[in-house]
Order: sequence, then C-alpha cells, then structure tokens
Amino acid sequence: MQPQIESTPVTSAIIEESIPDGRVKRRGRLWRSILGVLGANTKMSIGLGIVGFFLLVAIVGPLFIHEGPNPFTNDIFQAPSLHHLLGTTSKGEDVFTQLVLGAWPTLLIGLVSGVLATMLSVIFGLTSGYFGGWIDDLLSLLINIFIVLPGLPLAVVIASLTNTQFKGSWSLIIVLFLTTWAWGARVLRAQTLSMRRREFVGAAQAVGETPLRVIFAEILPNEIALVAASFVSTVIYTLLAEIALQFLGLGDVSTNSWGAMLFWAQTNQALLAGAWWWFLPPGLCMALVGAGLSLINFGIDELANPRLRNESGNKKRAGRITAGGRINPASAVKGKVA
Amino acid sequence: MHTNGYQSSYSSTDTAVSPSAQTLLEVKHVSVDYDTARGPLHAVQDVSFTLKRGQIFGLAGESGSGKSTLAYAIARLLRPPAVITEGEVLFYRRHENDLDDEIDVFSLSPSQLRAFRWSELAIVFQSAMNALNPVISIEKQILDVLQVHDPGKKRSEYRERAVELLRLVGIASDRLRSFPHELSGGMRQRAIIAIAMALNPEIIIMDEPTTALDVVVQREILRELMTLRERFNFSVIFITHDLSLLLEIADAVAIMYAGRLIETATQGELYHHPLHPYTNGLLNSFPTLHGPQRKLVGIPGSPPDLRSVPPGCAFHPRCSFAFPPCKTIVPVLLSPKREKPDLRVACHLYDDDRNPAGPPAQLSAPFVDIELTQDELPAVVPTPPAKELEGEVQ
Amino acid sequence: MNSSHPSFLPPASDEKHNHMPQSPLLLDATLSEPALEAVHLRKDFPLQRIKLGGAPRAVHAVEDVSLALYPGRATALVGESGSGKTTMARLLAGVYQPTTGTLRYQGEAVSIKGQAALKAYRHKVQLVFQDPFASLNPVHTIAYHLSRPLRLHGHVHNAREEQQAIRSLLERVSLTPAEQYMPKFPHQLSGGQRQRVAIARALAVQPSVLLADEPVSMLDVSIRLGVLNLLLRLKEEEQLAILFITHDIASARYFAEETLVMYAGQLVEGGPSDEIIQRPKHPYTQLLLSAAPDPDKMGQKSNPARAGLASAHEGLSTPEKSPAHEYAVPAIKGEPPSLINPPSGCRFRTRCPHAMPQCSQAFPARSTVGKGHWAHCFLYGG
Repeated sequence: MQPQIESTPVTSAIIEESIPDGRVKRRGRLWRSILGVLGANTKMSIGLGIVGFFLLVAIVGPLFIHEGPNPFTNDIFQAPSLHHLLGTTSKGEDVFTQLVLGAWPTLLIGLVSGVLATMLSVIFGLTSGYFGGWIDDLLSLLINIFIVLPGLPLAVVIASLTNTQFKGSWSLIIVLFLTTWAWGARVLRAQTLSMRRREFVGAAQAVGETPLRVIFAEILPNEIALVAASFVSTVIYTLLAEIALQFLGLGDVSTNSWGAMLFWAQTNQALLAGAWWWFLPPGLCMALVGAGLSLINFGIDELANPRLRNESGNKKRAGRITAGGRINPASAVKGKVA
Repeated sequence: MHTNGYQSSYSSTDTAVSPSAQTLLEVKHVSVDYDTARGPLHAVQDVSFTLKRGQIFGLAGESGSGKSTLAYAIARLLRPPAVITEGEVLFYRRHENDLDDEIDVFSLSPSQLRAFRWSELAIVFQSAMNALNPVISIEKQILDVLQVHDPGKKRSEYRERAVELLRLVGIASDRLRSFPHELSGGMRQRAIIAIAMALNPEIIIMDEPTTALDVVVQREILRELMTLRERFNFSVIFITHDLSLLLEIADAVAIMYAGRLIETATQGELYHHPLHPYTNGLLNSFPTLHGPQRKLVGIPGSPPDLRSVPPGCAFHPRCSFAFPPCKTIVPVLLSPKREKPDLRVACHLYDDDRNPAGPPAQLSAPFVDIELTQDELPAVVPTPPAKELEGEVQ
Repeated sequence: MNSSHPSFLPPASDEKHNHMPQSPLLLDATLSEPALEAVHLRKDFPLQRIKLGGAPRAVHAVEDVSLALYPGRATALVGESGSGKTTMARLLAGVYQPTTGTLRYQGEAVSIKGQAALKAYRHKVQLVFQDPFASLNPVHTIAYHLSRPLRLHGHVHNAREEQQAIRSLLERVSLTPAEQYMPKFPHQLSGGQRQRVAIARALAVQPSVLLADEPVSMLDVSIRLGVLNLLLRLKEEEQLAILFITHDIASARYFAEETLVMYAGQLVEGGPSDEIIQRPKHPYTQLLLSAAPDPDKMGQKSNPARAGLASAHEGLSTPEKSPAHEYAVPAIKGEPPSLINPPSGCRFRTRCPHAMPQCSQAFPARSTVGKGHWAHCFLYGG
C-alpha cells in the first residue's frame, strides 16, 4: 500500500480545509470553498485580478462617464492630454470614454458566446461519452463536422451574408458559439469515456440512478476543472474572434465596442495620421484580457494537477538533502579497512 | 560463476569471510519529509538498520508506514516534494583482501550514482506493467540496461547475457522478442527480476514484488528467488505489507509504523516472541488454515494519517497495553536484551525505568487471543488536531 | 448435466428445484429455501475483432456454474485471477446478462431486462465493490452517498426521515458518532471507513442478498478483520445471504460456512469450508492450499522455502534436511489458461498431475467426496 500522499481532487482538497466540524452550514462552506479556489495560487490571482479589473471597468465605468462618447467636438486627432485622457478620434470623440463604454458590449459578447458554447459542449460531450454505441457515433459525427469547419472563415462568411439588420450582437454571438463548441465537446467526451469506467459510476448505477443523474450529478462534478478550463479557452477565442470580425466590419459597427473602435480607426487612417492613441488602447486592453484569462487557465491547471505545484519552492531550502544529493560528491567514496 | 565478463569485483562464491565483515549496507537515522501546503509531512523518521551480505531483510508495514518511501530514499529515487532531511546510507563495496570501500550513497554525484545504480543496487517495482516499457520488447529492455551500464561489448555478447538472464528466472528464450503485454503477470514479474539481476548487484530492493500476483504464481516466484539468491548471494530488502510472507522467507524483519521502525528481529524471534503490541496484533490478524477456529479481532482503529499522527507513540490509541508515558513520549528503538543487539523494539513496556514490572505476560507468546469486547476496547485519547475523529473505528 | 441428487438428502420438497443440484448443505431439512440461486450460468464476452474466415471469438468467462445462497449464511467463492469469480459477482448483481442459464430469487426466476426490472432486482441484491477508494464519488459527501439509495428506493420521504435513516445506517456499520461522518468526503476517511460506507450504502437499499467482491483485499491487514466481523454481524442480525468472493482461502475459512472453488470459469469443488481446507480433493484446490501462506507453519527452521540455504547468519542453526511439505508443492509451472481458447473438458488438465485422457473430452460431473462435499473430477467418478 502506498503512503497516503496521493494527490487529492481539486474541489475536495480546498473544501477540506474549511471544515472544522460537521456543523458548518452548507452555504458558508460553499462560499469558503469558492474563495479557497480563487486564491489558490499566484497565477490564478493575477489572472483574476486583471479580468476582474476589466469587468469592473465595464460595469461600473459608464456610471462615471457623464457625456456620451460621440459628441462631435472640434478637437480632432488630439493626442492624450488632461482634457482627453486618451486623445480624440478623427471626429473629435473622446477615446477614453469610448474605451470605457465599449468594454461591456465587448466582454458581454465574448462571455455569452463562451457560456453557450460550453453548455453545448458539456451536453454533447458527456452524453456521447457516457452512452457509447450509436448515440456516441451519431454525436461524434456531429462534433467532428463542426470541428472540421474552419471557424473564423466560416464566421466571416456567415457574418457577411447576413442582413445588416441582423448584424447586431446576437448574430455575432450565434456565429461565434456555433464555431467553438465542438472542441470542448471532444475533450469532454474523451474524459467521460475514461470516467465512466470508474467504479463509483458503476456503484451509482448499481444503486439505481438514472443515466441523466449519473451523467450530470456524478460524472460532471468530477470534470469541473476540465469544463472550467474549456470555458476559459473558449472565451479567449470568442473575444479574439469577435474583435477580428468587428475589425473587418462584419459586426455592428455602430455599437460601442473595442472592435468597432479598431474598425473606425482603420477606416479613418489613424495609422497614417499617427494617432496611436486610437488603435493602441483597444488592442492592448483586449490583449490584457486575453492574458488574464490565460493566467486563470494556468491556475486551473495547477490546481487540478497537484504535481505542478510547489516544485520550485523546494530547491531553495538550505541545509537539506534533496534527492539530488549533498554538496560535495568528492567525499562520497572513502576507502576504509573492513 | 561465469558471466561473460560481468563479474563484479566481489566473487560471489567467496563465503570465507569473518562475520564482522558481513555488513553490506548501513542505514543511519534516515528521515524523509514530504513538503505539503500545510507544512512538512514526516513520512520516515529516524530509521536505522543494518543489512548483511546475503541476507533477506524484510520491511513490513501498512499504509502510511513509510516503507516504500524509505526504500526509494536509499536508492535516491525520491523527487520533490519528498526531501531527505537527515541521515546517511553507507554501502560497503568489497574489494580483494576483505577490504571495503565505504560509499556514502547520499553524497554520490549524478555520474557516480549512475555507476552505483544497477551494478550495486537494483530495484524491482511493485507492478511490472509500470516498470516495463510497453512498446519495447523484453530483449531490447535488457539490452538497454546492459549497454548503458557496461558499454563496449559486442551485441552478441549482450544477447547471450540476456538469454542467460531470462533462463535464470525461468523464461524460455523464445519469449525474448515478446512485448510486455504478451506475457502473463507472473512472467512479467520474472522479467523485471531478470533485468534487476543483469549486473549482479549486491542489493536488490523489492517493493511488493508479488502483491499483484496470484498465490500460486507468487509461491513459484518466491521459490525461484530463493534459489537465485542462494546461488548469487545478493541481499534483498523485501518490502511488503504481508507479514506472513516475510515470516516464511526473510532472515531478519523490521516492522514500520507511521514512519518509524518499531521492531526488528529475526524471523524466528518475531514469530515466537513478538515484542511490540502492534506486531502481536498483526500476527493475530491472519486467519489460519489449520487449527481451531478462533474469533479474531485484528487491531482496532486504523493506521494513522500522516497528516495527523498521534503524539508520543503513534500506536498508542490502538494499543491495549498503553499506559501514561505512551501518550507523550516517543519510544526509542532499543534492545531489551543486551546479548541480542539486533533484537530491538520501540515500546515503553520494555523500558525498565518506565515500566519496572516488565512487559505483560500476554506479549510473550504468539497468537494470544486478545479477546476484546466492545467495552474493553482501549479508550481513545482525545487528540489535539481538530481533524482527528473521536471514537474512530477502523 | 445430471442432477446428482445425493441420496442421503431428503427429497426436494418443491418441484421447481429437482433439476437443480441441491446445495450440499441441505443436511438440515428445516433450512430455508435459497434467497438467490444461479442455475447453470454461462457467460461469454464476444470479442470485437473481425477475423476473416474465422469463427467468432469470445472470452468464455463463466462456464456452467450453479450455486445457491441462503439467508443467514455466508458462502465463499475462492479463485485466482481469471477464474471468473468477479464475472459471477456481476452476473448475480445483474450488471451482466448471462449468456445462458437463469437466476432465481426466492425460487422465482428473475428477469433483469429493462430499467424497471433491473431496479426491482437491485432492491433485493446488492454488490459491495473491492476498491474502497474508487467506489465512492470523490466530490460527494458521505451523507449524499447514503441518501441516494434511500431516496431512489422510496425508503424515506422527507429530509428529516432521511437524516434519521442515514444516522442509523452509519451506526449499524459502527461509524459513530454519525454526525461527524456525514459531511465528510471520501478522501477524508481511511480505507476501512470507506468500505464501511460502501457496506452502509448497500444496506440502505434493504437487500436480502449481499455480494461482496473481495471486500477486504485492498484494506490494510490489521483492519480487515474489523470489516469481516462487521459483515458477519450483519449477516446474523439481518439474516442476509452473503456471497464472499476472495482469493484468500484462509479468510474464506474464517468467514464462510460454505466454500466454492473456481478455476478458469468452472466450479471445481465445494462444501463446508473446514472440510474443503482440511481434506481438499480436487487437484487445483490442493495446489491452492499448498501455495497459501500458512501462519502456523511460519518461523520454522525447517521451512522448505529456505531448504538447503547456506546459513551464515545469526539466529539460525545449520539447517537439517527439510521434511517434505505436507502437500507436495507440485513442480508444475503454469498459470490459468486464456479464456478465449480454453482447454477442452476440464480446464485444469494442462496443469494437473493426475490428468487422464477423459479429462480432455468432457467436464466431469459432480461427485460426492465427503459429507456435503463435492468435486468435479474424474478421479472421484464423474
């Protein structure tokens, strides 16, 4: 029997620390466990900080903006100054205001697409992985078709073909989530295939659980880390795809969003005019959000796989014999008379 | 013994050595910690023992006892978060004229370690399927080992050696090209033993080598192992949780509990006079094949979680003979009889100062029926860590 | 398959039973009828590989096994890997459908086709798994694990009843104080505690038959007996019929009144546990017993495993020639055969020192070799 130093699953490892005795109320325990997960390691914290900051700006920022973003002033192409923190556009609009007001639509589209795509991938992936047989064959076929379809080109084609009326946020969301759900589904299917052989699944079936409950109440909670990582990856992709589509003018360019800002900046030759303050901020912000999300993903990886944790910490400890040996190997072999 | 030039400097047929030169490996005060988020976990604490040449040394213990960790520490196979915090392991390499080189295993450089490994010390792991590469044939795996550790020979010499090794363990040479999955469990384990013996090591550490095998195959492999050992005179550190097995094959046995050695004895001494209450309870946990049927109780409670080891003697919550010092003072591994220094036990019952009356009579004979009813079960000491369960059952 | 109804037993009282081999323990005429019977079960697992021009291949996991489980009695099924004992457990639990053969519950044939029939069957027959670490879902609490069977089988109707039922279940398996265990997760419990939870979960359904598939093999040695004693206590209190599957024949002797020995999918010997172990008749049973570690034979200097070794160690005197081992350990090397192409007739014949020509032609019928003790071997008739 191995010593009981096995790696513990994610959720329970964190939850365990917050249970002093059996009396903790359910809600309190859940809250503490969520906080435990969120603060678990550096990468996760930094990533959450970045994304959280932008979400905050998106939600709360508009409250502080008193004027609309599109007053046509006479200050055209002005560099950043105290009056216009990030300068102005070719029509005299304040870039900073546009940035703040555009944050929410941008992030919303990405998040909603991500949520819808993840829901679809969970349903399809888990179902085909659990049932096997003809259900698996059918759903796998569907998944594979959607994987093979090239995402961004398809999005471009669909977006360009749809009527201007439908070019609003919702058409963009639909296009995005249809082209991104399949990858997550495939990964989850593979995980489910291995998970359903685990004995607790058989035990649940032996007790008499229905397949629906087995899939969603027994198997899914064990795959939460994978679902979370898949969600984050999907959101990264949808955000970037969204900004790309909007830049090409295929989104609704009359809305405020970072992609639309880029579109207008390009159409009005901001680059030639040297008005870096127009196109740099939206691109930079998007890159930062993407980086933050990626850090969250790394954090999830570390959380889910305890072997990735703490490897660097050990080497710094002084005065201890690591498995690598002591300091002076020369003295290892000493001749000695028996 | 002719081995195509693979002879180590020690001729294995040389048994004319004085008993005092018999020490092969000395393990001194080795401790291993695992670094966890909640602080260091003491997997092995202050373990010392001596391995003699040609001896089968059994290391027994249940989960959390640290026996595997100790073995890997000796072979320096531990990786972070496991850290060896103290101790040394001295290996005595024999030269001519009975002179020994004392080798400090923990101080070997990587290249010295590589030379040391496999030619002096080999390991047989628990599950052969884990140790064998599933996409490489058995032949290639043996050749790999030979080529790395003894380079410069012709391929045909290596192949001859591989055939001979497999023959030694009872695998026909026509299985040389097989892949691991094509062999049965017993054959795979034999192949692993063959690989371990490739360079005639002085010590072979076997970590639960037969646990995953059926009883009949296990018996065969053990018999073969004994024959090989008799012929090549290597020492074996045999790690297992199955004490009954050790009582059949081991010369000396050490019992580990919660990271510490709590008893060392020879095979006969352990069987006839188990000293430690844990050993006694363990021997009482094996249903017998013959003889009268008795109601057996095992040992109440369960092996401690290393994250919350009871203070004092780690076994005291489960011990029917516990008395006040057991709860606070960690017993030291000492010999109760001066004339038998290798017979050691870590128990306050044998400490003349703490227990002048001497150990209870029940501990001096094997298979005593400690018939405990529910009322007689030892009262569980309330333990400090909040996570400890009170009234814990097995 | 003849009925080999031993003549000294009272005639079968019920028409339905007279073509099925009587349990040899029916010496007591007042013994109740079996809770669960397997009648000539056979299970083949077809292999998927398509071989051109070849016959369809299958793993013949279980061939013609019949057994009976009685309330308040424990029956041990002993065998090594590949013997088919785990497949038997799954067949009896309804996880697999038998290829041929029937199951009877309290005398009535059962069908386990369809969700409703399966659920009804599982209400009566429960399976306890081998691995306590794997049979509990790591993300759910103990209370959740126990509440599911209670809810699904309609034993509780509201939260208060559920709490009470869970508490009483935990107390029955000696996990007290129950409140402390209910919010815990599986990884916070020791192996023995987890196995007790698994047993409690099986009990929650209120079955009459418990199938324990190697329930203590993965537990530490010192706690195995606790779990075994628990099962014995439950057997008495609830009059459960228990099937105890194990590879350790010594624990079979300790735990069960009756022992059955399986080899490569065939039942080879059966009878009262002590009788089987003291006077094994089938060559395979003899081999098994000779290989099993026997605590009473340990620590002896004339240990045959160590015979002939030069002793340069302290504590051992010069060894004398070892006496012959009680059961001569046959020098046969071998492992159980592949079940895809098993030997014809008696599957042990390839390793049997007493193999005869007729062994390859048919599997021997059941012969009586002692009081309530039977074997399938041509050495004794068949």
